[in-house]
Amino acid sequence: MANALGTVSFWILSAVIIFSALMVVISRNIVHSILWLVVTFLGTAGIYLMLDALFLAAVQVLVYAGAVCIMVVFGVMLTRRGNIRHSNLFNSRLIIAAPLVGLILSAAAYLTAASTDNVPLSDGKVPADTVGSIGQWLLSSYVIPFETAAILLLVALIGAVFLAREVKTDDRH
Amino acid sequence: MIEFAMHHAWLVPLLPAVAFVIIVFLTRPWPRLSSAVSIAFMLASFVTAALAAYGVFTDPHFKHHPLIYTVRWFGMQGLNIDVGIYLDPSSAMMIFMVSLVALLVQIYSTGYMKGDPGYSVFFSYLSLFAASMLGMVLSSNLLQMFVFWELVGLCSYLLIGFYSFKISAREAAKKAFITTRVADFGLLLGILAVQIIFGTLNFDELTQMAPNFENYTTAGMMTLIAVLLFIGPVGKSGQFPLHVWLPDAMEGPTPVSALIHAATMVVAGVYLVGRNMFLFAEVESALYLVAVTGAFTAFFAATIAVTQREIKRILAYSTVSQLGYMMLALGVGSLTASFFHLWTHAFFKALMFLAAGSVLHALHHKADVWEMGGLIKKMPITGWTFVIGGLAIAGIPPFAGFWSKDEILLAAYQSGHYFLFLLASITAFLTAFYMWRMIFLAFFGEEKPENHPHESPANMTVPLVVLAVLAAVGGLIGTPSTPLWQQWIYYGHPHHIEPNVIIMLSSIALAAAGIGLAYLLYVRDKEKTNAKDLARRFQPVYKLLYNKYYIDEMYQWFTRVVVDGSARITYLFDIYVVDGIVNGSAAITKGLGSVMRYFQTGKVQTYALVFYMAVLVITVVLAFTDASSSVLVMGGAE
Amino acid sequence: MTGISVIHYVLLSAALFSVGLFGALVKRNAISVLICIELMLNAVNINLVAFNRYVTPETFVGQLFSIFVITVAAAEVGVGLAIIIAIFRNRLSVNLDDFNWLKW
Repeated sequence: MANALGTVSFWILSAVIIFSALMVVISRNIVHSILWLVVTFLGTAGIYLMLDALFLAAVQVLVYAGAVCIMVVFGVMLTRRGNIRHSNLFNSRLIIAAPLVGLILSAAAYLTAASTDNVPLSDGKVPADTVGSIGQWLLSSYVIPFETAAILLLVALIGAVFLAREVKTDDRH
Repeated sequence: MIEFAMHHAWLVPLLPAVAFVIIVFLTRPWPRLSSAVSIAFMLASFVTAALAAYGVFTDPHFKHHPLIYTVRWFGMQGLNIDVGIYLDPSSAMMIFMVSLVALLVQIYSTGYMKGDPGYSVFFSYLSLFAASMLGMVLSSNLLQMFVFWELVGLCSYLLIGFYSFKISAREAAKKAFITTRVADFGLLLGILAVQIIFGTLNFDELTQMAPNFENYTTAGMMTLIAVLLFIGPVGKSGQFPLHVWLPDAMEGPTPVSALIHAATMVVAGVYLVGRNMFLFAEVESALYLVAVTGAFTAFFAATIAVTQREIKRILAYSTVSQLGYMMLALGVGSLTASFFHLWTHAFFKALMFLAAGSVLHALHHKADVWEMGGLIKKMPITGWTFVIGGLAIAGIPPFAGFWSKDEILLAAYQSGHYFLFLLASITAFLTAFYMWRMIFLAFFGEEKPENHPHESPANMTVPLVVLAVLAAVGGLIGTPSTPLWQQWIYYGHPHHIEPNVIIMLSSIALAAAGIGLAYLLYVRDKEKTNAKDLARRFQPVYKLLYNKYYIDEMYQWFTRVVVDGSARITYLFDIYVVDGIVNGSAAITKGLGSVMRYFQTGKVQTYALVFYMAVLVITVVLAFTDASSSVLVMGGAE
Repeated sequence: MTGISVIHYVLLSAALFSVGLFGALVKRNAISVLICIELMLNAVNINLVAFNRYVTPETFVGQLFSIFVITVAAAEVGVGLAIIIAIFRNRLSVNLDDFNWLKW
């Protein structure tokens, strides 16, 4: 029965994710888009839970649904201009982009279906303590990428501050 | 001393070359010093050459075993080029003659070129010329000979164009250079063919190989080689139809004419054919071509000379004619006669050119013989030496020209080419006539009051006297009673020809008749009415001859119509086809660009769109072509 | 109804990616494009985690990779917003069609 439960929850979560993602794209109001984005992120977190990725689910909620969305809302606020109801419109590339994306999706689906039997599935067990294991991995084998990512974030922080800084209009330089 | 000179014969060309370098880099600002350096080195070269020649001519061993010294110049697979000296009686004779004439001309030039702004440069050119010519004569292989041959051509260009402020001099220099270049191309092809077929260019090896040429190639190929090699001498020695540069070359200073265009350079072609006689002797047809070319040139140039008015121009055509004689002699297989005439001609023609220079010097470059007259009274040394030269070239015994010309006529007669013999005999008559026409007009008859001639200084007359002596007695070493020459310089075996008294007498008679006719027309007939009458009566012929058979005009017509015409066609081809392709491809690129620029909107989303289109295309191509479809399917190929 | 396998997750990921790509190509607002790129990154993460779960469940390489993707995505959003704000200061617009400087 656990299997049936998993199946049902997968389809529900998938429906939520796809629908909310479509709403992100379709909404004419940018703020609504961001709200639907939060729903998408939460659905993705649910998918992570189903895949036994507890730590990632938590990160997904904290970083994406929390921090990134808040930051994007701030961005919208700082660049607001005109009527917010028409802040998120389509451009003229729709006619070309729609069939293109459709084709890409079809190709991807076809290739996925064609490789159904080729995936080397494993019957191994997921360790009980996933979060602790990830912590040990990160601070042993993957410590250098970990630190590099830290430096990347620092650089991004300084770069963002530098780019978004108010340009002084006085003639001191 | 003699041993040293013979084993160091390379000094002969080297010394004038050193003089050239010294003058160009050190002593050019001091004209007197430059000429002193030039003459001193030339004298040293002459002494070395004379000693070496003496050494060669006292040891009969050298008749068949030339003295050869070589060093490796460069070598590669299948091609080894040496550079060295090849001293045999022929080259020994040549270095002696060339260095002697060069020395005399340099001494003469100190007077003739006095006060010229290019005095030092002139002497450096003369030195370089002498070095090139001597180097060519002593060459031990064909390629070395070609290098010096080209150097000689370069010097002639420099010296003909020496008065480069005159347009005519510049044009003449270019004409000489280009005409001889055309011919040299044939020579170069011939040299390449020799290298390809025989695998060597050394004269000593070729001499061994040529008689057995059937081991290497066919008779047709041999003929081709000989003809190609002959094209070079046709240009350099002014044979028909490439003689046109030689008369124009008189634009150079007169000593240059004497040195280059009479005595030495132009005989380079004759010498080359003589040196390669072992090749020519193997193919009858090539020899016959040489003989016919020579005889025709001799006759043809003599007829032109009959009507010319400028003193140097008459001498120039006479040179062409005499060179024709030498070629004729080679063509009938008599190296002896050819080189004998080369030897005597060098002296009497140098003498006549230098004397003509003396006349021009005195008359301030008034060149028309009709405006001269009676010069012998004011310029006795010049005049009488000129007369000796005239007697020599006309073939009056015992002067030098008689013996050598007689040798040629005899050789032609005995070879059985009676028509060529006849042509040569008529030429002998014409030669005597036009030479003495010039002498009578210029030196005898009435003095022209507007001329104020004066005898030239000693440094000009001394070389004249020396050359006059040589022109008088230079032939005595080859008379039938004292056949020294014939015992030393020959091809194959000693040239022994029974003297033919009838030919000898008839040639004297022809020469005398020519002189006599000139006397009748131009001395006895004070007003020259008969001469003018003749010119009027045979107006078309006279005009044809006076205009040198319109050969220059024909070449110009050829240049204008054929060369310019084909240039015009290629110009149009260039404009419409080549430029069309270039401009067309540019236009296509531009057109494509103007279409493509609509894709480059500068908008990032458009780029992303195109980017993903490409991704789709690549994915589809990879996924649905058999070879690599498995790459994109999860799990890989297995 | 059989059990859910890795293929289902991959198809979900493909669908989410396509939606994100579509949005990134057709939206005018630069911030919206940024959001859509986040969608695409999420699709990639789903893929990584799904394969990690089904192919090598004992280790966490796929998950670790996802963590780095999230890190980079966060940094990217930060810098991207900063650029958009800087451009907005100059141009008073966030409409990508107004920006056609990406040429020459």
